[in-house]
Amino acid sequence: MNKALALIGAVALAGTTAMTAVAGPGPDDDQLVIDGMIIVTEVAAPEGSPFDTLYSGWRYRSDETQALQVDDIENPGFSAVDDGMEIWQTAAGASGKSCADCHGDIDSFKGLRAGMPKWNAAAGKPWALEHWINWSITEHQGGENWKWESKNMLAMTALISSVSRGMPVAVQVDGPMAAAFEAGKELYYTRVGQLDMSCSNCHEDNSGNMIRADHLSQGQINGFPTYRFKWQGLGSIHRRFKGCMDNIRATPFDRGSDEFTALELYVAWRGTGLGVEGPSVRN
Amino acid sequence: MELTRRNLGAMCAGVVAAAALAGKSGLAFAAEDNGTAAAIQAFTGGAAVAEGGVTIGAPEIAENGSTVPIEVNADGADAIMILASANPNAGVATFEFSTLSGSSSAATRIRLAKTQDVIAVARMADGSFSMAKRQIKVTIGGCGG
Amino acid sequence: MATVKPRVKVPKSAAVGEVITIKTLISHDMETGLIKDKKTGELIPRKIINKFVASFEGTPVFTANIEPAVSANPYFEFTMKVPGPGTMRFEWTDDDGTVYETEKNIAVA
Repeated sequence: MNKALALIGAVALAGTTAMTAVAGPGPDDDQLVIDGMIIVTEVAAPEGSPFDTLYSGWRYRSDETQALQVDDIENPGFSAVDDGMEIWQTAAGASGKSCADCHGDIDSFKGLRAGMPKWNAAAGKPWALEHWINWSITEHQGGENWKWESKNMLAMTALISSVSRGMPVAVQVDGPMAAAFEAGKELYYTRVGQLDMSCSNCHEDNSGNMIRADHLSQGQINGFPTYRFKWQGLGSIHRRFKGCMDNIRATPFDRGSDEFTALELYVAWRGTGLGVEGPSVRN
Repeated sequence: MELTRRNLGAMCAGVVAAAALAGKSGLAFAAEDNGTAAAIQAFTGGAAVAEGGVTIGAPEIAENGSTVPIEVNADGADAIMILASANPNAGVATFEFSTLSGSSSAATRIRLAKTQDVIAVARMADGSFSMAKRQIKVTIGGCGG
Repeated sequence: MATVKPRVKVPKSAAVGEVITIKTLISHDMETGLIKDKKTGELIPRKIINKFVASFEGTPVFTANIEPAVSANPYFEFTMKVPGPGTMRFEWTDDDGTVYETEKNIAVA
């Protein structure tokens, strides 16, 4: 059974990577405007990108799915933003302080999400938003770590993403970040798993094409945390990475691992210039 | 009458009769009976159901069966019942309007287990019934997920 | 963590007789009772919002009697013809008897 799958995968790839005759539907032309704010979902790719133009995952979804992101009241991910705001204002941990007590208004975090992952000098490596949040909770609030995919963590990343909404993704990839950038890039292009596929096989070689009934995007992460219909809830970037690896029958890395953080850095760079959409709505 | 899983069992006796009625009105239901006919029977009390006057707004293809946006409208209706003909259970929701309603319409998101007809039965203010059905295709994701 | 929080969008003011659109969302897993717990193999018990009522100054405007086939984080959108200024009340009833509620005032322009 597994051999057969690997064979099918290989045959399918042989066909696809050798330039498919039939092009898929590609991204659509719809424009994303939320509450009067135009969100950039199409932008010229950065220098060195394999693409000419970058498209947000929003552009690959059906009209009905897209509609759920246009009005915050219709966006099922927005309940988490409210929850995040409540956490922001609630005293917690041994410190007896709330996030607001030190950080003030949530608007002080404008731009933060757009630059994640960020270099942490003390740790000597890049940190994802979740790493930074847990550090603050334990070091400053004197509380317990939140699990990566917990309601609390998703609420906080949703809240922090929401105040960067519309801002262009811009991550540092040089200097101390260069090693992780290269590591992430290598992961992106390395075939793994029983289906022997790399991220690029779908999201670069076949973005815009259909895989069964699914419309393949460029695999951008500007919309995370995202409300996925499949999850019936919000999920993190690393959850999605894990899901993809599970789908190709590879042993996934852990959420918060150096590998996924490096991959997140590289994939974030691949979306340079796209507007932060979190929390977004996807299938 | 509120349709609950509890009273659906009690209505099983009426299913055969209801199916016969349904056959009379020319409506086709899923091969496996998930209570669709019984639900219509309970809602209409066996009265004739006209076709037309009810619209269902829905995607032709749902990107994911867990969250399918739909909208129902029936001018002059005081209630609309939504059924899924091939879900494990037929009942989805019943909307009730009032004299304060701007229109007899509402939107929500529903779960569809597979490609099937979504049925909307409207009860008009004059006590008559109308219905519409619409097929929604539900797909499996790319890598099976 | 935070309790279930409803979200409602209602125009703050409207003209008498104007038809307004009201949008509501509540966070809730809407557990169908048909899914097995991956670890134990047991069915996860049903737990849903089974009723939603929107009323204006005590008069029901829109009611939804809800089955497990309504998606998680239930969303309802409906219309109202504004009879005058007043308070709209929204109530969601959970299988366990809990009633979640919120209110919005509508002024008349």
